[in-house]
Amino acid sequence: MSRAMKDRLIWAVTFLVMLIICLPGLWVVLSAFRTNGEILTKPAVWIPQNLTLDNFRAIFGLGENVLAIPVGSYFLNSLVISVTSTVLAVMIGMSGGYAFARHRFPGKSGAFLWLMLSRTVPGIALSLPLFILWSWIGLIDTKLGVIVVYTAINVPFTVWLTEGFFRQVPRDLSEAAQIDGCTPWQAFWKVEFPLARSGIASAGIFAFLTSWNEYALASQLTRSTDSKTLPVGLMDFTAQFTIDWAGMCAMAVIIIIPALILTFLVQKHLIAGLTFGGVKG
Amino acid sequence: MAEVTLRKIVKNYGALEVVHGIDLDIAHNEFVVLVGPSGCGKSTTLRMIAGLEEVSGGEIAIGGRVVNTLPPRARNISMVFQNYALYPHMTVRENLGFSLKIAGRPPAEIEKATDEAAAILGLADYMDRTPGELSGGQRQRVAMGRAIVRHPDVFLFDEPLSNLDAKLRTQMRVEIKKLHQKVKTTIVYVTHDQVEAMTLADRIVIMKDGHIVQTGTPLEVFERPANTFVATFIGSPPMNLVDGVVAGGEVRFAGDASLPVPPAFRGRVQEGQRVTYGFRADNLMPAGHAMTGIGETADIDLTIALAEPLGAETILLSELAGVEIQGKMYNPRAVAAGERLSCLLALDHAHLFDAETGASLRT
Ligand SMILES: Nc1ncnc2c1ncn2[C@@H]1O[C@H](COP(=O)(O)OP(=O)(O)OP(=O)(O)O)[C@@H](O)[C@H]1O
Ligand SMILES: [Mg+2]
Repeated sequence: MSRAMKDRLIWAVTFLVMLIICLPGLWVVLSAFRTNGEILTKPAVWIPQNLTLDNFRAIFGLGENVLAIPVGSYFLNSLVISVTSTVLAVMIGMSGGYAFARHRFPGKSGAFLWLMLSRTVPGIALSLPLFILWSWIGLIDTKLGVIVVYTAINVPFTVWLTEGFFRQVPRDLSEAAQIDGCTPWQAFWKVEFPLARSGIASAGIFAFLTSWNEYALASQLTRSTDSKTLPVGLMDFTAQFTIDWAGMCAMAVIIIIPALILTFLVQKHLIAGLTFGGVKG
Repeated sequence: MAEVTLRKIVKNYGALEVVHGIDLDIAHNEFVVLVGPSGCGKSTTLRMIAGLEEVSGGEIAIGGRVVNTLPPRARNISMVFQNYALYPHMTVRENLGFSLKIAGRPPAEIEKATDEAAAILGLADYMDRTPGELSGGQRQRVAMGRAIVRHPDVFLFDEPLSNLDAKLRTQMRVEIKKLHQKVKTTIVYVTHDQVEAMTLADRIVIMKDGHIVQTGTPLEVFERPANTFVATFIGSPPMNLVDGVVAGGEVRFAGDASLPVPPAFRGRVQEGQRVTYGFRADNLMPAGHAMTGIGETADIDLTIALAEPLGAETILLSELAGVEIQGKMYNPRAVAAGERLSCLLALDHAHLFDAETGASLRT
């Protein structure tokens, strides 16, 4: 097979796979600009006939039919919870990753394995015990309650990812920096941190996306505008007998956009973060 | 004044002791090379001087000040690492100036100092590149530049040339020696390459298994090795060693070969004592190809097993009492395998060692 043919084939397959992956998302985006009537007609209308911004107007209370959904508060809750838990997870996870990469201590491999095993527990399995625990200590329906849970969920992954990056930074560099006059703390921030930045950035973005998109636990732990996040807010579009699919899709688009923007901003780091090991010299 | 003193330095890793009570005095501006086989504790010793490794026992002093508990930054030392340890995210200029920047010096001063170091090491053209864009030799120079910028009391080198190819290594060796002449500083240099040790050192410290085996100038350790280990480790090819027994002013080997007791050892050995006879290839030469003025000699007839022409001289491989030995032919001619040559051994440069302990019988 010639090279050009091979390239074309690879492109075709990639395109097909991407299409399959993206199709549901595409459908959500399309539906956000359609009316409930058109979404629900049978037989299905595949090509949208008339696109409309009414769904968004309704969400932001600009059109004639105003929705009683406090999107603003949800957005703010989501933002506060995601950012705080991400910052916490990165700080804690980075310290852990550094310790695992640089220091020997008894029980090290056991502890690492234990951290990784915690990833195998499905989040939803924690919801009942968490709910009981949180209601005892009064963390139900607080942002703090959700932040603590998300931080805990994100730390193991952050430890794992940053550990790999710190392990790739030669130990000599920190030693050289200390001989050059740095305290160990300065050596970390001036030499090791910048060199592991890609890993830390991608750990951060993963933590943020996990928190931003999480639904199962948040739906149990939040109930009012004090703490409900955007994904949980999606359920506001379901009434007893009807579901406002168009409104829900419009809201989903609103949720996706910040995540998309963020991902594009750090995509360079993200790719480095996901392909580390093989390529770095 | 920056003399370095090690007093009974011990290093344990858990239950494992890898450095066993080393004593060493390094004078101000002295170039000392720690040399020894892999795993003998050279790097560990150097890293203890640097403060990168905790001292398990004993005392290290730099410039008269005990530094055991001081962190590396408080010792005013510089170190050049085996793989250079340049900061990959900084340019050459930033690498050079890093220590001064950390010390909070004004930018103008940093600029001046880095330019000065760059000029000494010929780095001026690469100042804005990152280490990834440099060749091995250039990285090596940057690493040395970074070390000299801060005018340390002591320079530490840990096998700085081992990642370079043979030609560059020779070139950088000369540069390091020149550097020492230019910026007079105490230097402790670690290598496992005896040629590097011989060419660079004011004084060589030979280590083995966490002990110092011998300390002395290059010529001292070459000419008066303290034991068979030093005798074979220093010098190339390694010293020929043949076991024998002292009998009537001679050392008798297996078979019926024998050689006279070397002059320096007469009266120091007893009849019947088991010894190891040592001599270098340089001092065993075919008659007619010998150097002049080599003092007392002994004759040996040797059958040549193999000849290795090197141009100016030819290494001759032969056998004495079942042991492979090497000699040298100066002003060489072609030598065929199996040829029988009568050779001269320069006895003034021959040695006797205790057959059991390997220690020299000179003292
Ligand atoms: N962190 C450590 N834990 C346990 N043992 C160690 C550690 N570091 C070094 N050693 C041991 O200490 C001994 C001396 O090591 P060192 O690195 O000083 O050797 P070296 O003389 O520099 O050898 P090389 O020429 O290979 O660099 C070795 O036997 C090594 O296995
Ligand atoms: Mg070493």
